[in-house]
Amino acid sequence: MTYIRHIEHETIVHRCFRCGYCKYPSDYSDFNCPSYKAFGWDTFAPGGRMWLTRAWLAGEIETSARFAEIMFSCVACDNCKNQCVFPKFKDFLPDIFQETRAELVGEGRIPPGVRDYFKAIAVNGNPYKLPQNERGTWAAGTGLKPYNNHKYLFYAGCVGSYDEVGQRMAKSVGKMLVDTGLSVGILGSEETCDGNDVRVLGEMGLFTQLAQANVDAFKAKGVKEIITLDPHALNTFKKDYPGLGGIFQVRHYSEVLAELIQKKKIKLKAYPVKITYHDPCYLGRHQNIYQAPREILKAIPKAELVEMHRHGPNAFCCGGGGGNFFTDILGTAESSASRVRVREAAETGANILAVACPNCAKMLSDAVKMEHLEDCMEVLNLAEILERARK
Amino acid sequence: MRDIRKSLVDIVGERGVSDAQEELWFYSRDPGVLAPHRPDYVVAPKTTEEVQKIVRLANREKIPVVPMGNGMSLAGLVIPLKGGIVMDMKRMNKILEVNSMARYVVVEGGTSQGALKAYLQEHHPTLRHSIPDAPPATTIAANVSLHGQGRLTNQYGFNSDMVTGLEVVLPTGKICLVGSPSIGPYWISKGPTLPDLSGLFLGWLGCTGIITKVGLKLYPNKKIRDAELFVTDRVDLIPHILYKLTHLEMLEDINVWFQPKPLMFLGNFHITIFFTGDTEEEIEFKRKMIWDALQEYMDSKDGGFMAIQYMKSVLLEMPGRNIADFADVPKGGGFEYSGPIAPIEHFPQYAAKLVELAAKYNVLYASAARLISGGHCMMFSISFAFNRNDPAMMERVEKALDEAMAFALDMGGIPWKPNFKEQKMTLEKMEPNARNLLLMIKKNLDPQGIMNPGNWEVNS
Repeated sequence: MTYIRHIEHETIVHRCFRCGYCKYPSDYSDFNCPSYKAFGWDTFAPGGRMWLTRAWLAGEIETSARFAEIMFSCVACDNCKNQCVFPKFKDFLPDIFQETRAELVGEGRIPPGVRDYFKAIAVNGNPYKLPQNERGTWAAGTGLKPYNNHKYLFYAGCVGSYDEVGQRMAKSVGKMLVDTGLSVGILGSEETCDGNDVRVLGEMGLFTQLAQANVDAFKAKGVKEIITLDPHALNTFKKDYPGLGGIFQVRHYSEVLAELIQKKKIKLKAYPVKITYHDPCYLGRHQNIYQAPREILKAIPKAELVEMHRHGPNAFCCGGGGGNFFTDILGTAESSASRVRVREAAETGANILAVACPNCAKMLSDAVKMEHLEDCMEVLNLAEILERARK
Repeated sequence: MRDIRKSLVDIVGERGVSDAQEELWFYSRDPGVLAPHRPDYVVAPKTTEEVQKIVRLANREKIPVVPMGNGMSLAGLVIPLKGGIVMDMKRMNKILEVNSMARYVVVEGGTSQGALKAYLQEHHPTLRHSIPDAPPATTIAANVSLHGQGRLTNQYGFNSDMVTGLEVVLPTGKICLVGSPSIGPYWISKGPTLPDLSGLFLGWLGCTGIITKVGLKLYPNKKIRDAELFVTDRVDLIPHILYKLTHLEMLEDINVWFQPKPLMFLGNFHITIFFTGDTEEEIEFKRKMIWDALQEYMDSKDGGFMAIQYMKSVLLEMPGRNIADFADVPKGGGFEYSGPIAPIEHFPQYAAKLVELAAKYNVLYASAARLISGGHCMMFSISFAFNRNDPAMMERVEKALDEAMAFALDMGGIPWKPNFKEQKMTLEKMEPNARNLLLMIKKNLDPQGIMNPGNWEVNS
């Protein structure tokens, strides 16, 4: 069957010069595009994707498993958008890649891992294929109650609800929110996947269903303010849900904890430790939140915050974005993003690698094991670190 | 023929070889206007030994090999004109040694300009290399193999003049050290006082071997960099102004640029003068010398210095990120330029020719000339932007560039990074004995004719 391909931004695809600024951090010290770093072909860099997309739209290359791999190995970290030197179209690079993936979804030519991810969410409501009624079990012992006119809804997301490392993060954050006396509840088994990565991977129909279900559920419960565990959820709640009628005040938990510390609702004692912080892409580059996590860590007496060479807007992704957390297209080779990142963290001499995203927590925890760094570095989320330093 | 793909996989592993349509399509072209040509394989070695094995295989099977850095010459120098293997060198990107006292670095050939800059900034902040204005992904070996230039070219010559030694895989697969590293551990000289064998590889665009390691001179990285921008609308004065500036013998870099867009630049010639110092006193002294040197043109109302505080950070950036902007002026993602090396006295004629060609072919122009070796010559860029979605415009740019090079050769200029057509034009103009010498070298080094064939092809 011949497909007529069309993407919304196809009129600007040809404007990429393929100069390659997009694959670097601002100081050019290393490649900052996770898929280029992992695969090492120019085709896997943003410029390669732009040129191949143009060729594909023009029918110069066919849809293939390789083409799909190239498109779906993009982790949507937004580094390319930040570094591209063409101000008139740089902001649309991630959109172009997402639209291309959406076309591939439409053609039904997607990597098996992506297909399985969509299928699991469509059937089970989560990518882990676990029962919906187990979605809130992580909250046992935290003091969190089902949402019932609380001031805040604490949204855990799929990783926080089902993954072992994610659950640890959800528990520690949830407990800390409760302990500070915040009026906060959860949806538990009524929670639905936020759909951020479904959207990024191009399954727009499924995303719309998920998002609309969430919007309707939040509204039905009277939710006004949301605290997210996962920056991915934060991103889609803020960027996409308003277009579906879901206008809520949404904050990431790091912003809330930073505020609680400032208001002295969380009191801290000396915790002499060296910490480096990994900026999650969806908190940093996507939402421009760089300071709140650092304010938390800097508030701990005697703790020393040391930055990795690439940090803030130049941070190297853990490789878990754009659905790769589930689809694992980048793989686990030495050049995979998570392993590169923990080696960079280890170079700082830090004992703790602080994370603020459950996806990053899992990716980097696994990478620490693969790099045999367990004896010198722990991966801990911000709330776990605060718990250790709490009076 | 043996199973070439399997042989390549045996050498570099599955992740180092591709014959997928995606890589073959992408590596068949560069961002310039020349037509693409598909390779049969793309390989990405990680070591000199892997390069050696690939070249031995290619030599045995008579398969063309095209070494590639980032492919940003814009002149189609890595388009595999006769198919074969494109060798992406960017995985060979280790910085092997910095001798800070002798001020040189040894890098693998695929090391990017950006990575070297960042490394020196972090580990050797008092040292720098001559950074080209090409994007940071461009590689050290590719830059010297096409006689690239950079921010220190006015002071120290072509970037290839700054080479202090090479490791090369010859077309037969032998690994050869060139210069001082061939007889000792130090990478301090590419040739002198020995016969300078580096000339067998520098400027040959990968036609005589694959550069796998480069020794490169480093220079003092002064604490302060500054710039002045002198503007005149009298093109006839440019050579004289440049002569006065180079007489100062204290300037980092001198560029002359003119362009019709944005309109505020139309009709003027802008001379950006870069200078450095370790103290404010040194900077102010140099600034005074620059102003004094050009005072007569201000007195005669023929020119003056622009207030540049608002653009200084852009001017001083290395590499200049704004340079790529030119590609998007016609909203089309491309530009290409000829860059003949010419005496500075010819600046007015080249400038007039550029404007004439732009009008004749209805294309957008820009030019930025860079002084080389204190003014012995300049690289005069004849740049035309194009819209990649407009084949007719690309064709006009190609014709304009062909005509520009014919003009440059008639003016006694020599081409910089010439495309295969410009190489032919150059060889036709070359004195026959010199051409035969090139033929002799090429035939002896590359008897099977496998290295980047279609380039520097010399007919006896």
